[in-house]
Amino acid sequence: MPSDLSLRIRQNAPFIGAIALFAVFYVFYNMFHPKGFSTQVLVQNSNEVFSLALVAMAQTVPVLMGGLDLSVGAVMTMVNCLASNLVSGTPLQIVFGIVVSLLAGTAFGFLNGVIVVYGRIQSIIATLATGAIAIGIALLLREKPGGDVDADLNWALTNSVVDFCETYGLFEDGKAAWLQPVAWIPVPLILLVLIALLVWVPFRRTVTGRTIYAIGSSEGAAYMSGLPIARAKIAAFTLSGFFAGCAGLFLAIQTSSGNADIPQAGAYTLNSIAAVVIGGTSLLGGVGTAIGSIFGAMILRVISFNFRIFEIDPLLQPLFEGVILLGAVCIGALGILRIKNRLELFR
Amino acid sequence: MSSDQPILALRGVSKRYGGVRALEDVDFESRRGSIHAVLGENGAGKSTLIKIASGVVQPDEGSMTLDGAPVRFASPSAANAAGVVCIFQELSLMPDLSVADNISAAHPPRRFGLIDQRVQRRRAEELLARIGCEDVNPLMRVRDLPLSRRQMVEIAKALGKAPKVLILDEATSALTHADVETIYRVLEELKASGLSILYISHRMHEIEALCDRLSVFRNGRHISTFDKGAHNPEQIVEMMIGREIAAQYPQKVLRPRPPAYLSIKGLAWENRLKGIDLSVGKGEIVGLGGLDGQGQKELLLALFGVLAGTSGDISLDGKKVSIPSPTAAKAADKRIALIPEDRKTEGLMLPMSIGDNLVAASLSRISNGLFLDAGKERAAIEAGIQRLQIKIGAASDAVSTLSGGNQQKVVIAKWLMTEPEVILLNDPTRGIDVGTKQEIYKLLRDLAAQGAAVLFYSTDYDELIGCCDRVAVMYDGKIQRELEGEAINEKNIISASLNIAAPASEAA
Repeated sequence: MPSDLSLRIRQNAPFIGAIALFAVFYVFYNMFHPKGFSTQVLVQNSNEVFSLALVAMAQTVPVLMGGLDLSVGAVMTMVNCLASNLVSGTPLQIVFGIVVSLLAGTAFGFLNGVIVVYGRIQSIIATLATGAIAIGIALLLREKPGGDVDADLNWALTNSVVDFCETYGLFEDGKAAWLQPVAWIPVPLILLVLIALLVWVPFRRTVTGRTIYAIGSSEGAAYMSGLPIARAKIAAFTLSGFFAGCAGLFLAIQTSSGNADIPQAGAYTLNSIAAVVIGGTSLLGGVGTAIGSIFGAMILRVISFNFRIFEIDPLLQPLFEGVILLGAVCIGALGILRIKNRLELFR
Repeated sequence: MSSDQPILALRGVSKRYGGVRALEDVDFESRRGSIHAVLGENGAGKSTLIKIASGVVQPDEGSMTLDGAPVRFASPSAANAAGVVCIFQELSLMPDLSVADNISAAHPPRRFGLIDQRVQRRRAEELLARIGCEDVNPLMRVRDLPLSRRQMVEIAKALGKAPKVLILDEATSALTHADVETIYRVLEELKASGLSILYISHRMHEIEALCDRLSVFRNGRHISTFDKGAHNPEQIVEMMIGREIAAQYPQKVLRPRPPAYLSIKGLAWENRLKGIDLSVGKGEIVGLGGLDGQGQKELLLALFGVLAGTSGDISLDGKKVSIPSPTAAKAADKRIALIPEDRKTEGLMLPMSIGDNLVAASLSRISNGLFLDAGKERAAIEAGIQRLQIKIGAASDAVSTLSGGNQQKVVIAKWLMTEPEVILLNDPTRGIDVGTKQEIYKLLRDLAAQGAAVLFYSTDYDELIGCCDRVAVMYDGKIQRELEGEAINEKNIISASLNIAAPASEAA
């Protein structure tokens, strides 16, 4: 009988590979960065990676079901524009703005789920349409880039822990001795870990979460096993909307503004698919995890960081990104060689 | 509570699929503390019966009671909740989930609302140990298990649902001998604890060893239920036979057996084909018989180059050939055609036009260099439609607009355009009307007369008897018996299908 450890390693090989790839790239980047291995660099990188990581998580959930969500970038943009109108004023108003922004993303995801389940429309088409609607709403909310987001919040959430504490006068303005070991950690990184640990990890262990994997693996078998298929599908898109909403909200706080930027929304959606695949999630569904997608997003970003360091023509960046994506997908496709009945390749 | 009391009872149950009656006015009951065999040929209604009992389909008429109370199961999970659990062949496993996840799929142990991995794992280990599968780590993905272990996981999953009525549909066909022994032991224990077990199997020996009651189905009707020992195997076979002949067959030509054209030696693949020796001569129609799932489909797929990793020899006209793909199979040096089992997924491209489908396998014949020649294409399509007398509106209509019989004609015409010398057919008359069936029989005879070697798998014994010069009956991946001439009769086919000795009078 194979041991637990060897099974866990083998089953998570793509995920472990993504972490290793990221580690190599990131160490490399820091070695050649003039200010490598500093808090300053880490803070900057964390801010750059946060929204894409969340959009990639948003994409992961439908992909695990064997679907695709083409609206994640658009929902992010919509929430971004909404938050740029709401997240300012008194502390109470700010909290209200944050809650409403996240709810808007979640509700939009729920709507996607309802359309896919009860409209019996393929998710790729349904979300193509709803994505356009989200962009439309974003344009209504913010015709021209701009907006007003609370400056304290902007500063507190896009810097390190010590700056966060200083902004809000917590723990002796962040100078408490016990805080020092963690004072350097960037806040966006903490938020990312918190969302992953408090939302994704528990969700994966619910019946609904497992049903999402079951649907992606074999929808017929999931039905025969009496699993709640409709509920899981709606939940998947709802969770996806929530993650995309988090991304949009952070983008608003980070840039202190909203921007109904259509090319940006499209780029985020496409990059999210790439991040999901690099992170070890199968586009056929059933295999993978949102944590992997975070690393996928970080790999995509760290490639562009490296380009900055080496001052390579930005025109080459898409080319290299493409090559890396292709490499990751090819490794994932090696399993096909084991199939004995070739007819199964087409099922 | 007495053990004679029925636990699951069906009264006057009927089920139709389109125009076909799958079950007709069936009364059936199963008792507590009993292992009850359900017997019948392909299409006798066994699978419809268990699908109704386990909530996969709903009956059109009739009622069902469980423990005396009327029930109606809207879904498999409703049946499971009531205590009726069916072990299908691998149907309910999700390949990418772990063994433990699969076993506890429907009702996982939970703690604070979340699935408790540790309890779930312990549960999987207990259930697997109960059926002697300690070698399966519950963390393994089902996809990575061999077929026989998957089936054991399926059984463990069913046992985990604490059933009152357990239905096994050919559940042991994929298992190793040792596993089968373990399952027998577990079933005996379950029986002793008062469960009612419905056992669908095609293996007479298994049924004799295990079951205490038997029910025979034929043509969607319940023929008889009796205790073990009330009838001998021969009488049971008699009960399973006995249909009116539904179709007329073309006259067979009596002549000496032609020399082998296609010959197969020791063909093996995975654990589904276990050394097939068979030959088909030009002008001959050889039938493949046996109960469903004994390797007939795999044999045809192997001959058509679909299966990877086959061993053994295939030769055409005395020359050894290798067939790595369907493209190679239809190439000019081999000219093999396969009329596949499922015309909707493997035979036709449904949204494409009738014409496009007809020429799909012979595009090289209607092209000039790189480009398709519209004139040749039209002529080829015209000829194909003529030859099989396909009833169509226009050749540009989508093939999905045709009736089942005409769709099947399109598939056949498509392959005849390649001018095949070996024609493999995988149950080509399933689900089509009698008239078209007769046309297909006649066509097969004509093709053979023109010199084709025809290998014909059918689940309908009448067809095998009426159409074939020889019949090879398969059982468990091997050719169990080859019948020729007068020996091709229902009794011999069924006996060989069930792997019981041929009746003494005919064996000599």
